Amino acid sequence: MVDPIKVYPAKPSKVYFYGTCLVDMFYPDAGMAGIQLLEREGIEVIYPEDQTCCGQPAYTSGYHDEARAVAKAQLGLFPEDWPIVVPSGSCGGMMRKHYPALFKDTADDVKAAEIAGRIWELTDFLVNVCHIKLDDLGEPTTVAMHTSCSARREMGVAEVGPKLLGQLKNVNLVEQVRAEECCGFGGTFAVRHPEISGAMVSEKVDTLVNTGAKEFVTTDCGCLMNIDGYAEKNHKPVTGQHILSFLWERTHGDGSKRS
Amino acid sequence: MSSRDTILQRLRHRTGGELTAPECDFSVLNRPEWSTAEKLDMFEQTIESVHGEVHRTTEDGWIDRLAEILQTRSAQTLLIAKQHEIGKALQSATKNREDLPQLLVYDEPVESWQNALFSDVDAGITSTRGGIAETGSLILWPSVDEPRLMSLVPPIHIAVLKASELYTTFHQAMQSQNWGTGMPTNALLISGPSKTADIEQTLAYGVHGPKELIVLVIE
Amino acid sequence: MSETAEQSPHHIDVKEFHPRARAALHNPQIRQNFRKAMDGLMTKRKSSFEGWDLETLRDLGANIRLRALANLPDLLEQLEQKLTENGITVHWANDGDEACEIVRDICVARKAKSVIKGKSMVSEEMELNHYLEEQGIEALESDLGEYIVQLAEETPSHIIMPAIHKNTEEISQLLHDKTGTDLSHDVEYLTANARLQLREKFMNADVGVSGVNFAVAETGTLCLVENEGNGRMTTTVPPCHIAVTGIEKVVPNLEDVTALLALLTRSATGQHITTYFNMISGPRQLGELDGPEEVHVVLVDNGRSTIYQDDELLDTLRCIRCGACMNHCPVYTRVGGHAYGTTYPGPIGKILMPHMVGLDEGRHLPTASSLCGACGEVCPVKIPIPDLLVRLRQEAVDGDKLHPAKVRGHGAKRSSMEAMIWKGWSWMHARPGLYRMGTNLGARFRKLQPGKIGGWTQYRTAPKLAAKTLHERMKERSQ
Repeated sequence: MVDPIKVYPAKPSKVYFYGTCLVDMFYPDAGMAGIQLLEREGIEVIYPEDQTCCGQPAYTSGYHDEARAVAKAQLGLFPEDWPIVVPSGSCGGMMRKHYPALFKDTADDVKAAEIAGRIWELTDFLVNVCHIKLDDLGEPTTVAMHTSCSARREMGVAEVGPKLLGQLKNVNLVEQVRAEECCGFGGTFAVRHPEISGAMVSEKVDTLVNTGAKEFVTTDCGCLMNIDGYAEKNHKPVTGQHILSFLWERTHGDGSKRS
Repeated sequence: MSSRDTILQRLRHRTGGELTAPECDFSVLNRPEWSTAEKLDMFEQTIESVHGEVHRTTEDGWIDRLAEILQTRSAQTLLIAKQHEIGKALQSATKNREDLPQLLVYDEPVESWQNALFSDVDAGITSTRGGIAETGSLILWPSVDEPRLMSLVPPIHIAVLKASELYTTFHQAMQSQNWGTGMPTNALLISGPSKTADIEQTLAYGVHGPKELIVLVIE
Repeated sequence: MSETAEQSPHHIDVKEFHPRARAALHNPQIRQNFRKAMDGLMTKRKSSFEGWDLETLRDLGANIRLRALANLPDLLEQLEQKLTENGITVHWANDGDEACEIVRDICVARKAKSVIKGKSMVSEEMELNHYLEEQGIEALESDLGEYIVQLAEETPSHIIMPAIHKNTEEISQLLHDKTGTDLSHDVEYLTANARLQLREKFMNADVGVSGVNFAVAETGTLCLVENEGNGRMTTTVPPCHIAVTGIEKVVPNLEDVTALLALLTRSATGQHITTYFNMISGPRQLGELDGPEEVHVVLVDNGRSTIYQDDELLDTLRCIRCGACMNHCPVYTRVGGHAYGTTYPGPIGKILMPHMVGLDEGRHLPTASSLCGACGEVCPVKIPIPDLLVRLRQEAVDGDKLHPAKVRGHGAKRSSMEAMIWKGWSWMHARPGLYRMGTNLGARFRKLQPGKIGGWTQYRTAPKLAAKTLHERMKERSQ
């Protein structure tokens, strides 16, 4: 599932930024943070205006015709041979690992495979292509990393988040037990099997609270709204943030926390 | 059309594309060349970790050791093979010593004495065709002379292993002994006394097979 | 399934997954038993692979199984030929019912009244015990876990540890109620009692029935793994041994077994090897003093040759039945094996059972997964389980005109309501201008967003639409 050997590109002068629909609608700050982090590394970020959604929700629901129609509309957004960075393990995984299969036996199969090969999860790109160096301007804090299942198993970036957080000298990174276990989001899984999903997120929140950390970070908005939403509704003492927002806040200026 | 024909036809006329058979590279199973001493240490460590018992002994000393072991278990009867040198050595030894249990020779079909086999035999002793260090396993090829139930029914199974016949891996043993050219009725790898973890994953020994597996290693 | 299944006391409505899952989720004993058991199994598996190049070993496992599947019909013929040369009688069964009849016919020919069973998931698939009881033939399980489950009149909840859903106290009570043992938490005492009770059964059984872990075509050999010794008893003591196996279990060479065995025992229970690895290549030969005088093999299809038709779905047949997938599955851990209502639970159950019971019965199986991929990550033969789940979801809703669905019961989950929703979603998201308009409206009127969104808000607050979409902010930025 994960690329056996990842071949990172050399640091480019430009990248395409594919925000994802969840970032677009619910966590635009995370998107902006990602863009700004890239620009600070001296990369020009191209934001194709016509981007919408990678098609995953329909794909995992089995409605492949509909998924293909939406995914097809994304294929024309990246004409130049620049890397495509995505602030999500899940959407990145959809495009990198599943677009080739989705477009098999169609006229777009070559194009889809070519684009899939240029997809990079954003934090992975920052660490392994930009070789980013972070300077922590924030207050001391304890934080837990939630690596999403797709970030871990489809994009192979489980080590990246801890590496980035490890660069922040005032951040104490703690690890929750059963860190590799799914938080229960699973896209439509959370609404098709709400009780099982609820049981999973409940236990995930408990493991995070038990670390003593008051906050957690993640690359994936789905996990974020799942875990954060559960904690909020059930008054649990932990809140979440997209890792890009967290990194940008702590390193760009006054390091103030989000309001 | 018979079920056989139906099944084979469905398999042969599949709707999918051509299936290619990938290459299979077994080198991942290889282990470095270990000395006999190293293999024996690994064997002993591994089989003892699952409650096997290993006694290092010699051509001259194994009967003494066997007698000691069986005395501590108060074994009254010992099942032996008729033709194998182990059985023959014991038959001849028992003429001159008092400390061995009563020897029973397995030379009749099991139907004629099954009850006695299940209730009156305290221990059985068999030879081995070598062992495997990596997994702490004994190789047994039961035969006319050493029938299958010898190493299964009596609550104590004593196996005689020559240290020089230790292999590092199962793959190595199988290739060296050329198993592919023909298999006996029954071939076995035995890697400890019988056990189960079916009750809340708590280990218990001596379920249906022997409760004790004792290996006499002839160095 | 089959008509016999309908009459079986074990017949469960597979469709009713949700209520069973719900009941399990609210059962603290189930939650606790499974959590503890799965944690232990995951840890053991991991440490048993230390020092191994695990990814290369899994590649080998996958290649061995794919090589076998690529040549399946020829291999089965070769296996049959070799087994026959060795004196083993080979039977072929299209489905579970036919397999049951074959077993019965052998029993009847031998005037058999009692069958002792070694552990076999295929025999569960066939519902053999129930069938034999109906025919007036006693079928007793000898594997301790299966024995416990049989006493409880349940079905296995895990393919390797059938009684994993019960703790010591529950087992002790059961053994006390059904067999008269003292109420005791001493596992040694409970085990010793089981040994005594089953010993007699081994001695007196007319027929022993077992499964097969690997069938080797090269030498005509049936391979079985076990720890207890009941498998050896079952295949050696009774005068007749019948082995039942799915047709996919055949491998070409004896050598293949060395790699698959290394993967199987570690993936299943974290053992480097099981106590016994039993390799049977024939009935009692001339001069031999024990062993069955007759050995039979029943090759069972039961939907496997249909799965075999499809290049993608065929990967389901790589399975060596280790159970690692369910050990690592967060869904299985929380609902336990019985919630699935199928012979095979967990991830392998979800990709296999839809073929056997149909997607109408099994409509909830492919979606009962968050697609976390933990199963695919540990599968010793690299079955792409999440991809197969997505494929089955597509089959369940007839969701791809380019690749028309073919699995039995396909389209059963397609609802016009949901199809309409996805069509609408697709229509909007394929038109960037409309998408931007829609999302901007959403942002503008976010205060009107419903607070209750079905199953989501049962457990969580609703996600909060941002005041401005990223699109809008980027547009402003570039102006």
